[in-house]
Amino acid sequence: MLRQTWWKILCVILLAYTVIAGFLGAVPAKPIVNETIRNLYFHVSMWMAMMVFLTVSVIFAVLYLRKPKHAYDIYSLEYAKVGILFGTLGIITGSEWAGFTWGAFWSNDPKQLGAMIAMLIYYAYLVLRNGIPDLDKRARLGSVYNIFAFAMLFPTIWILPRMTESLHPGGQGGNPAFNDLDPRMAMVWLVGAIPGWSLLGVWIATLRIRLALLAEKKLYNI
Amino acid sequence: MIKHIKNITNLLRKDLLLEIRQQYTFYGVLLYVAATIFVLYLSMGQPEGPVWKGLFWMIQLFICVNAVAKSFLQEGRGRLLYFYSIAGARDFILAKLLFNGLLMILMSGVSLALFLFMLGDPLGHVGYFVLITCLGGVSLSLVFTFLSALAARAQQGAALMAILGFPVVIPQLLLLNRISTIAFEDVLQGGLGWLLAILAGLDGLLVALAIILFPFLWKD
Repeated sequence: MLRQTWWKILCVILLAYTVIAGFLGAVPAKPIVNETIRNLYFHVSMWMAMMVFLTVSVIFAVLYLRKPKHAYDIYSLEYAKVGILFGTLGIITGSEWAGFTWGAFWSNDPKQLGAMIAMLIYYAYLVLRNGIPDLDKRARLGSVYNIFAFAMLFPTIWILPRMTESLHPGGQGGNPAFNDLDPRMAMVWLVGAIPGWSLLGVWIATLRIRLALLAEKKLYNI
Repeated sequence: MIKHIKNITNLLRKDLLLEIRQQYTFYGVLLYVAATIFVLYLSMGQPEGPVWKGLFWMIQLFICVNAVAKSFLQEGRGRLLYFYSIAGARDFILAKLLFNGLLMILMSGVSLALFLFMLGDPLGHVGYFVLITCLGGVSLSLVFTFLSALAARAQQGAALMAILGFPVVIPQLLLLNRISTIAFEDVLQGGLGWLLAILAGLDGLLVALAIILFPFLWKD
């Protein structure tokens, strides 16, 4: 499965579609956002993809705690790293978007703050792992903290920003602006952007996993 | 069930007795509290309400890091194993959470008294603020207790605990800051019930995570 090429080709096609249709396709004309609504395909998709990767990562962390196979730990770490990468890109694309629509790159919006906190928690995960020399202990403590960090994603990004007044759509208890999504945008977003970015992340993660597994094999089967 | 309550009370008593006899953590943190607030007073004088409030919660954060850091880092390996074998990991972590909560309530009370004494009294309702301080102290201590268990296992100590802990306490500090406005003026703080509920929910989540994840930590 990791080595097959069909899904990689699919990934390239979907991302090409996303970028081309994203910039050339028709978008509804909304006040304030105007053309920048195209960032939906990038900013929002990256957060969705990040959730996918971090979910996969936490599943492998739980699997590791149930049965300490080292491969599980490698999977968990690499998916977490890709998730962190996409989350960071999400914050960067979001700040850029905010710079043009809200007037400032950082406006202390609850969702921005929540996202930053969630990313800081995951950066701390990487710091924690680097600080433990023993392999098994590193895997075990890393898995425990991974579960903790994943559980903290929900209050910080999904729950708290919805409950307070926020510049993001969905603040103050409303629903996110997915309910009245224009069908042309929905097509590009659901078919092209989210699967495309997710497959890209999976590709990156699987390459790194294969590399790590090969390095392990070389180390132990000299 | 009764056995668990008995275990927890015994472990709590053990911690309390150790504290009263050794007085290692207690005086150390007390000195830290006094010194920090004194230095703060020398540099800030007697600030206005919002600044006072912000400074208070920052100091609470650092006091908590110091007070709780020693809870897992001072016990020897063999002793921890002994406790786990007689009482189980869950009861142990619950006893630690309770003990650190009580310690933080005490330290928060002392730091509030020192703040009022040195940095002036901009509070409208001291009673409200005392309650909020207790709640805040307990909330902060929950985070750092669990993370100190993690950091102790990683043998990295207090520095790692602080790094791990700061992102997690940011939502709590923001909530506490907003909730404390009711103690300052007779302003109608919109959504106060919601804020308290969210804080309580966050604390509940942290306790649940600590109880579920701690047994995986101690297996060495």
